[in-house]
Amino acid sequence: MSKITRRNFLKVSGASMAMASAAAYTPFAIGGAAKKVVVVGGGMGGATAAKYIRLMDPKVEVTLIEPKKTYHTGFMSNEVISGDRTLESIEFGYDGLKKHGVTVVTDRVSAIDAGKKVVTTEGGKSFPYDRCIVSPGVSYKWDAYEGYDESIVDKIPHAWDGGPQTATLRDQVAAMPDGGTVVIVPPPNPFRCPPGPYERASQIAMYLKANKPKSKIIIMDQKEKFSKQGLFTQGWKRHYGYETDNSMIEWLSSTTGGKVSAISKADMTVEGEMDTIKGDVINVIPPQMAGAIAKTVGLTNDKGWCPVDGKTFESTIHKNIHVIGDAAIASPLPKSGYAASSEAKVAAAAVVALLGGGDAPHPTYVNTCYSVIAPGHGISVAMVYDYKDGKIVKVEGSGGLSPMDQTDEMRAREEQYAHSWFNNITNDTFG
Amino acid sequence: MGTKIKMMSAAVLTSGLLLSGAATAAGASADALGYTCAGCHGFNGSSRGPATPHLASASQEYVVEMMTGYKDGSIASTIMGRIAKGYSDEQFALMGEFFAKQKLTKPKQEFDAKLAKKGAKLHDKYCEKCHAEGGSSAEDDSGILAGQWVPYLKYTFADYHGDGRKMGKKMKKKMKKMNKKEGDAGIEALLNFYAEAK
Ligand SMILES: Cc1cc2nc3c(=O)[nH]c(=O)nc-3n(C[C@H](O)[C@H](O)[C@H](O)COP(=O)(O)OP(=O)(O)OC[C@H]3O[C@@H](n4cnc5c(N)ncnc54)[C@H](O)[C@@H]3O)c2cc1C
Ligand code: HEC
Ligand code: HEC
Repeated sequence: MSKITRRNFLKVSGASMAMASAAAYTPFAIGGAAKKVVVVGGGMGGATAAKYIRLMDPKVEVTLIEPKKTYHTGFMSNEVISGDRTLESIEFGYDGLKKHGVTVVTDRVSAIDAGKKVVTTEGGKSFPYDRCIVSPGVSYKWDAYEGYDESIVDKIPHAWDGGPQTATLRDQVAAMPDGGTVVIVPPPNPFRCPPGPYERASQIAMYLKANKPKSKIIIMDQKEKFSKQGLFTQGWKRHYGYETDNSMIEWLSSTTGGKVSAISKADMTVEGEMDTIKGDVINVIPPQMAGAIAKTVGLTNDKGWCPVDGKTFESTIHKNIHVIGDAAIASPLPKSGYAASSEAKVAAAAVVALLGGGDAPHPTYVNTCYSVIAPGHGISVAMVYDYKDGKIVKVEGSGGLSPMDQTDEMRAREEQYAHSWFNNITNDTFG
Repeated sequence: MGTKIKMMSAAVLTSGLLLSGAATAAGASADALGYTCAGCHGFNGSSRGPATPHLASASQEYVVEMMTGYKDGSIASTIMGRIAKGYSDEQFALMGEFFAKQKLTKPKQEFDAKLAKKGAKLHDKYCEKCHAEGGSSAEDDSGILAGQWVPYLKYTFADYHGDGRKMGKKMKKKMKKMNKKEGDAGIEALLNFYAEAK
């Protein structure tokens, strides 16, 4: 029998301690295979969820399926259109996620079998999961206006995904003669990024003021009011002569000539209920619904969006599938990148807890949207949310808009903070 | 102020321990709260700039003090006032706990080596006492200066000199002394010194 020396004892107890801690920290290994999560869509929601699941529990195997090799953000794409930044500056790859141990598959998901818990792709591959996270963004209602369909986008782009259409719209605005007309047709609610169309009008006006000051922007809205309207209107008055005879921007609400019935690609016209308006550049942002795959899988309600439980983002239709981002009904959270990121972190924590056999933790959410109206003039909206009595609720007293009587100094700071936000949220998601 | 906050966060910590498993039912965890700030302040609180400040490695007390000031309006802000109003003192303590344990990744910023050298001397003379290790230490609950984004530090100095933020009595005295002797050039040198930090 060997004597237990102090040295041996340490070795033995060290080994048994290592075993004990291995057992304590790898609950999934006991049951055999590691738990599997498949994430559908590598945009703001999907990429953030994939990364944070790996951070919260590195033993979970995470596979992210996304058809595009690189992602272009929708946010700050309006600054690409005005020429203020390059298209490359809003392009992100997936190497960062791979470093966190996420398996990235370049393919498009064609079906999800919620019963068998298997995701299949157009490339013919199958991916079994314990839990699935779906963040496919939005798809477009191509039958919204007469004469309007998907084949139109080479001439009348929506530019609502970032990427190639953003470049088309930028080039069209750059090629337009001085004195030309840009027509923007924002969609009815709900849609991705409520302040986006008005930020776009501001950014295009910024470019036109400096380069083609005789030109005009006409917004034919499908609504009676819009996000941050007071702040946008104030900024437009200050920088673009809004509501004067010389106004560079004209906004028509749905009842004052905005309501659109038909679009003509051949004539480059937008037919409203009162007038038909000819545009040198036309940007129709069509009405929206959840990304097509959500409907294919049966995750949508009759309005085309996905009902979820706000605590876990698990679909209320299919168990073990969580829907986040623009596709989900998460109101009062808006359809924004910040909200998608916030929802992703809540869903990630819920998925990790549920896979481990526990309860989903208490969630917390934040949203912010910045818009730059003119050089040195940034504005924002923000809100903090909590989960109460089975619902996502705004925390009373929090959030709201930048004040109307803000000083120039603070507006200039907000522009710097808007650009910081862009750098930080993209790094949080893809870095 | 400092001791009051320390006592409060100790109370939070103890109740957290007592509740332990049940704590999840009571409210969001430190991690969950901290993660929501990343979109603006950077992954784990290291900001990619150009202006929004880092939070990583700031002391818990400092975060609580700032959040409290934003919430009651005594510290000027573009957006933090609106955000801070969404949380309780207990949640501020949890956020502070989260960011205090994060390591700061200092960004590369442009600086003038000569001015930075002068700044180092000024920092030693007027500021090191409460902003130890060249402004890298969180120990005195005074905020991280070394590696902080220069535009943010400029805004902060503007707020201190206007009525946006109040300096502690002792810091004010040192600042006055430095200002009298060095003027705005002194601040400029300090900013270059903080930008140089690696
Ligand atoms: C002009 C504009 C300005 C904006 N400004 C802001 C702003 O200032 N602040 C803000 O917070 N948000 C802003 N947004 C909104 C923001 O971009 C979106 O809300 C956000 O991207 C939503 O994230 P998501 O994950 O739901 O969708 P997305 O980011 O669109 O990601 C969806 C991904 O899923 C993939 N996908 C779709 N179908 C499949 C399939 N079948 N299989 C696999 N993958 C699939 C797509 O390729 C895509 O990469 C703006 C958007 C626009 C257009
Ligand atoms: C919408 C962007 C945004 C979000 C979200 C946000 N912050 Fe801030 N934060 C800022 C900005 C901008 C400043 C500078 C002050 C200002 O103008 O509001 C700041 C300043 C601060 C400061 C002062 C830092 C220093 O060194 O002086 C602290 C502390 C802080 N934030 C904590 C938080 C915490 C904690 C959260 C998450 C609960 C958070 N912030 C979420 C944008 C944000
Ligand atoms: C007597 C201690 C003391 C001295 C000396 C001192 N400070 Fe401070 N400083 C503090 C404390 C405490 C805070 C945090 C709370 C506050 O705002 O008062 C602070 C905060 C700051 C901040 C804000 C940090 C942030 O992230 O927002 C800056 C900038 C700063 N000090 C610069 C200086 C400079 C420069 C000097 C030297 C000229 C200096 N301080 C000297 C105690 C001091």
